[in-house]
Amino acid sequence: MTPQRPDFAEILRLVPSGARVLDVGCGEGELLDLLIRHNGVDGRGIEISAEGVSACLARGLSVMQGDADRDLDYFPAGAFDVVILSQTLQAVPRPRHVLSEMLRIGERAIVTLPNFGHWRARLDLLTRGRMPMTRALPEPWWGTANIHLCTLGDFAALAADLGLIIEACAAFAGGRRSSPARPGRGSENWRAETALFLLRRAGPGRSPDP
Amino acid sequence: MSDQALQAFTVPLRLDSGGALKGLEIAYRTFGALNAERSNAILVCHALTLDQHLAGPHPSTGKPGWWQRMVGPGLPLDPERHFIICSNVVGGCMGSTGPASINPGTDAPWGLDFPVVTIADMVRAQAMLVEALGIERLFAVVGGSMGGMQVLQWAADYPKRLSAAICIAGAARHSAQNIAFHEVGRQAIMADPDWRGGAYASHGVRPERGLAVARMAAHITYLSEPALQRKFGRELQRDGLSWGFDADFQVESYLRHQGAAFVERFDANSYLYITRAMDYFDLTAGSPEGLARAFAAARDVRFCLFSFTSDWLYPTSESRAIVRALNAAGARASFVEIATDKGHDAFLLDEPQLTAALAGFLGAAAPR
Repeated sequence: MTPQRPDFAEILRLVPSGARVLDVGCGEGELLDLLIRHNGVDGRGIEISAEGVSACLARGLSVMQGDADRDLDYFPAGAFDVVILSQTLQAVPRPRHVLSEMLRIGERAIVTLPNFGHWRARLDLLTRGRMPMTRALPEPWWGTANIHLCTLGDFAALAADLGLIIEACAAFAGGRRSSPARPGRGSENWRAETALFLLRRAGPGRSPDP
Repeated sequence: MSDQALQAFTVPLRLDSGGALKGLEIAYRTFGALNAERSNAILVCHALTLDQHLAGPHPSTGKPGWWQRMVGPGLPLDPERHFIICSNVVGGCMGSTGPASINPGTDAPWGLDFPVVTIADMVRAQAMLVEALGIERLFAVVGGSMGGMQVLQWAADYPKRLSAAICIAGAARHSAQNIAFHEVGRQAIMADPDWRGGAYASHGVRPERGLAVARMAAHITYLSEPALQRKFGRELQRDGLSWGFDADFQVESYLRHQGAAFVERFDANSYLYITRAMDYFDLTAGSPEGLARAFAAARDVRFCLFSFTSDWLYPTSESRAIVRALNAAGARASFVEIATDKGHDAFLLDEPQLTAALAGFLGAAAPR
């Protein structure tokens, strides 16, 4: 089994073999399963739905029912080499807290998120004066779980504010991975529909919540 | 498909209270067969008032086993794949040595001379049984409520002797509220004049009224408020009120029935001893760090914990505290909170999600 999703392929490329991995919001455990098979990781998961957790159990995965916003504090500092949060940061009540917690319990974090700075999103706002509905953001404003949308530039600024170093960034558009990206650059912030960041701590960070 | 047996031990059972219990006998029941590798044994730990008859007709009531819905071909506990063991706890009254047994020192029933036992003592006796059955390492230990406490104690005391630990609606220690409810039950028993200071057997009587009240009070804690309301509401037994103290309401009649049925199958002194064991249970040593230390050697055990949203006796927060400690200890812990309004007793009832998750967990962890 090889990953169909380009972001999964990128995650498999970035996670070292044998790493201790926590997948936050692991769903039915597809990514964890891939990581265990391909990279031989020691994987754990957190999943909000009981159905998702049950599916993970049947796959032999160790998964705890819980949510990213509240339950990362269940783990001691440095418990993992890599903590993964896929397409979820924009939907949690306290993204800054979650990001900071991820890098308390993990050496590194991998975050993927939709880019609100994508040109279609900007165009929707500019020309129609309406909240964007795109491939990466398909729901209307009143129906979406995405309550903390940001652009790549916004995310890079938050990472810097938390004292985190972006070790790698990949941008995806049209279901494909584009060339290695630098989030500060304007062109990526226009072109990426979704993006992936690999982050690590740079010495003591600032306090997680003001 | 099942065998009943009694295992007698020549070695005394060492007790947490400092003493030892000589002439220990443990009544147990098995389902299925031990495989050649001796790797398919599952120990099921029973709850406070249950026993070794988790499946098959109960010898005294003729009713199906308390976990009948979990045991059978294609079910989570499958006698075609697993060797399932369930033993009556020490202190119990279904064949294992307990306060109703004969004290070899006096040739009379032990009564209150029986030593106070703990959850760890129960587990020590189970470990002796498992060893006597020639099993070095259990594939899994599983239990709900007090059975879940035994599961945790197994992982703490014998981490190298089990591969998987499944704790359903359990807790790592008895809370003040848990102890309080148990004390009500014990006081009801001891207030019954027929209790006779625990020596009722030699007087040819039984404290049935006290034990029934204890059961009635406890039974309320096993149900959720919505379930009780849904089942009974304010429905009456007959047309109109009696304007007296008969069981006017269906809920009263139900509780009286629960109490009356219970005294038929349970011993009052056993109730005192087992509730005491639960009250004394505390794996935390007073702190979350203490609980994590209890599991320090259990890193190779795969844990799975279940709680029920409407269980107010051993609520989800108790299971979460255990998961937190397991994570701190670096153990592999899974946790599922099942949405149900059936309260604590949900672990005994039809909860498809529990059945499916348990089957999935055991299936994925299958012995190889």
